[in-house]
Amino acid sequence: MTRAALAAVVLAGALLATAARAPQSPVDEARLLSDEPAPTLGDYRLFSDAAARHPNGERVIPYDLNTPLFSDYALKDRYLFLPPRTKVRYRDTGALDFPVGATLVKTFAFPADFRKPGEKVRFVETRLLIHRKAGWVPLVYVWSDNQNRAVLQRAGTRVAVAFTDAAGEPRRIDYQVPNTNQCKQCHELAGATSPIGPKARNLNRAQTYPLGRDNQLDRWSRLGLLTGAPESSAAPRLPRWDDPTEAIEGRARAYLDVNCGHCHNPQGMASNSGLTLTFEETNRSALGVGKRPVAAGRGSGGLEVSIDAGHPDRSIIAFRMASTEPGVLMPQIGRTVVHAEGLALVRAYIAQMRSGDTRGPPRTGPGHSD
Amino acid sequence: MTTDRATGENLATKITSALVAVLAAGAVGAPTCAKTIEVGPGPAAQERLQTALIDAKPGDVVRIAAGRYDLVDGLSLDVSDVTVEGAGPERTVLAFDRQKGEGEGLLITSSRVLVKNIGIENPKGDGFKSNGADQISFVNLKVEWTGGPRETNGPYGLYPVNSTNVLIDRVVARGASDTGIYVGQSRNVVVENSRAEFNVAGIEIENCYNADVHDNISTRNAGGILVFDLPGLPQMGGHSTRVYRNQVVNNDTPNFAPKGNIVSKVPTGTGVLVMANRDIHVFDNAIDGNASAGVMLISYAESFDDPHYNPLPREISVHGNHLGRNGFAPTFPGGADLAKVLGGTLAPVFWDGVTAFTPPGAAAARSETVRLSIADGPVVDLNLVTQGASPLGARPTVTRALGEATLVEPAPVRLPEAQLRRAGPQ
Repeated sequence: MTRAALAAVVLAGALLATAARAPQSPVDEARLLSDEPAPTLGDYRLFSDAAARHPNGERVIPYDLNTPLFSDYALKDRYLFLPPRTKVRYRDTGALDFPVGATLVKTFAFPADFRKPGEKVRFVETRLLIHRKAGWVPLVYVWSDNQNRAVLQRAGTRVAVAFTDAAGEPRRIDYQVPNTNQCKQCHELAGATSPIGPKARNLNRAQTYPLGRDNQLDRWSRLGLLTGAPESSAAPRLPRWDDPTEAIEGRARAYLDVNCGHCHNPQGMASNSGLTLTFEETNRSALGVGKRPVAAGRGSGGLEVSIDAGHPDRSIIAFRMASTEPGVLMPQIGRTVVHAEGLALVRAYIAQMRSGDTRGPPRTGPGHSD
Repeated sequence: MTTDRATGENLATKITSALVAVLAAGAVGAPTCAKTIEVGPGPAAQERLQTALIDAKPGDVVRIAAGRYDLVDGLSLDVSDVTVEGAGPERTVLAFDRQKGEGEGLLITSSRVLVKNIGIENPKGDGFKSNGADQISFVNLKVEWTGGPRETNGPYGLYPVNSTNVLIDRVVARGASDTGIYVGQSRNVVVENSRAEFNVAGIEIENCYNADVHDNISTRNAGGILVFDLPGLPQMGGHSTRVYRNQVVNNDTPNFAPKGNIVSKVPTGTGVLVMANRDIHVFDNAIDGNASAGVMLISYAESFDDPHYNPLPREISVHGNHLGRNGFAPTFPGGADLAKVLGGTLAPVFWDGVTAFTPPGAAAARSETVRLSIADGPVVDLNLVTQGASPLGARPTVTRALGEATLVEPAPVRLPEAQLRRAGPQ
């Protein structure tokens, strides 16, 4: 590179840095609500920097969940954009009631080394779920290699991702960015696209904020972002799947709810299976205990029932979670590697069930708090 | 028109009909500015195909040119009023040999969709699937697992589920490790002029209301045509299926279904198998060369905890079929002994004789009035009486025919006019 060109690059960099620091226009609500999706993520001005590390203003609210969906170990940054002068209405079950214009923003990222998760983080994709007048609309933006822009990608793609895992082992994955139909397949509830994660029970958790720890729901209520919510101690709470101080049953039921229950739901895409893995379900057979498969094909792995109480090796659910083979693996979308920790939890849940147990399902229904 | 000397009145009628047709098309949401999106083979076919299926607007045609498309992920359509068409099932081939993700070849989750003239090879899961669709038509398609019958093949070739007004016409399905043409939990179903071979089950109607299965060929499967009703599903209580004018012949491929699946229990060499269900009429079929049985009527034998489920086949009519040589070498447990007792061969029609079952939570078995009209025979009645009874307790009797109930044939399935118009001449 010539010295002149180098100088030009340095100058351009300085200009960009200045631009990033300058006071910025607010989030482009009209753009979010337009039928025509913006070509790049930056067009919405949800972030104040091109790299999307800094939310643009106090209406882009970071949040976290007790039990998240597993997505090939991707780290996730979640934000809710709430248009000025609007509020979220509390609901006890299902996703909270978001106003039109509300947008859920989720970035999927991989650090170079999971033992240092805050360093050298590569963004792979940012998904938006926008609440338009006609309903929720999913959009996916894929990050460029140089991490300075994310471009609309509706047809899905594969991205090669390499990282060192938490045990220090090198991993390579063929990360799957979903197409917009696949977004809808998971997010469809009773025929309409809906948010999955931000349910009261999954948001009901303590978070660390700049001024100390606070419950997420209580804080949203106090800031006037959320209306109609009870004190968090009176709201339902989903167990954290990875908290060893909580009971295995609750953790496993939370894991299955979040990873499977949007589809294995009486109003979801897999309703035809008769297998219901939501946190609300109380029927043991619907939860898989002694339940024979309907249309599993080779996904049955030669096993007779979804869950054989006490026997994870004889349970189709554990078999399918342990597979990476399309047509066998579950969930069907959004996973290309085995979630060893999630699988171990579900196996432990099945193992500790007593066979012939007629007590009914584990007592982890909504409202139960421990 | 039989004359070209159209009177003014005739002309007016013609114009009115045309107007009505246009208005009707408008009423189902097809706009007048429909376009055709062309996709051809070559680099990035996956992305171009999926983009076309996402970009399509109601009324559009997505036309996939002749060629072989090597795909790594399943395709899906979620836009209503769209036609997806190829240049023919042997010419436009979607090949999933290197599939990395998704269970299906092509999944349709929208309504008033016609898929025609396309072939799918070697999907890791199902071939063509619709879920929650109304007026879904699958016409002149082929799904094949080219390695022949293998346990590792995908379960279903054609798989409409939870759908209404389903048309399957001129489809070929080969090698499915469950069922070639499977319709589950759907209403108003027509499966016609199709061919299913080298699958575990050729054609299966499961937990459906009102289905006509006619003029198909089901051969070289383990089982030819199945009509099942299973407990514990959102749509249950299957009824009103007519199985007629089919050729159900030489179903002799050893059952290769993975265990755990209900079809893994279908005896190799079964012609027509009705399990549970009511108002099933099997007539005018050619049923021949099926070693275990020509027609089997059996109850669901497993335990169940669905209080609304009835595990018995009832209101069943079997008449006017051409029954060739069937039941000559039964493959199911106890079948050979049974054949010996009956003089070396099983009767072509076979009923388990179950007329009572214990609903979940009930103290005792409840007897049902099971009305049958089996004019084709001879018929063997195993007299098992109670649901779940071991076949070892069979007390077989053979009669020329069985039951003389007057059973009303279900009305023919009528699909919406607009759907048939879109699907073209049958």
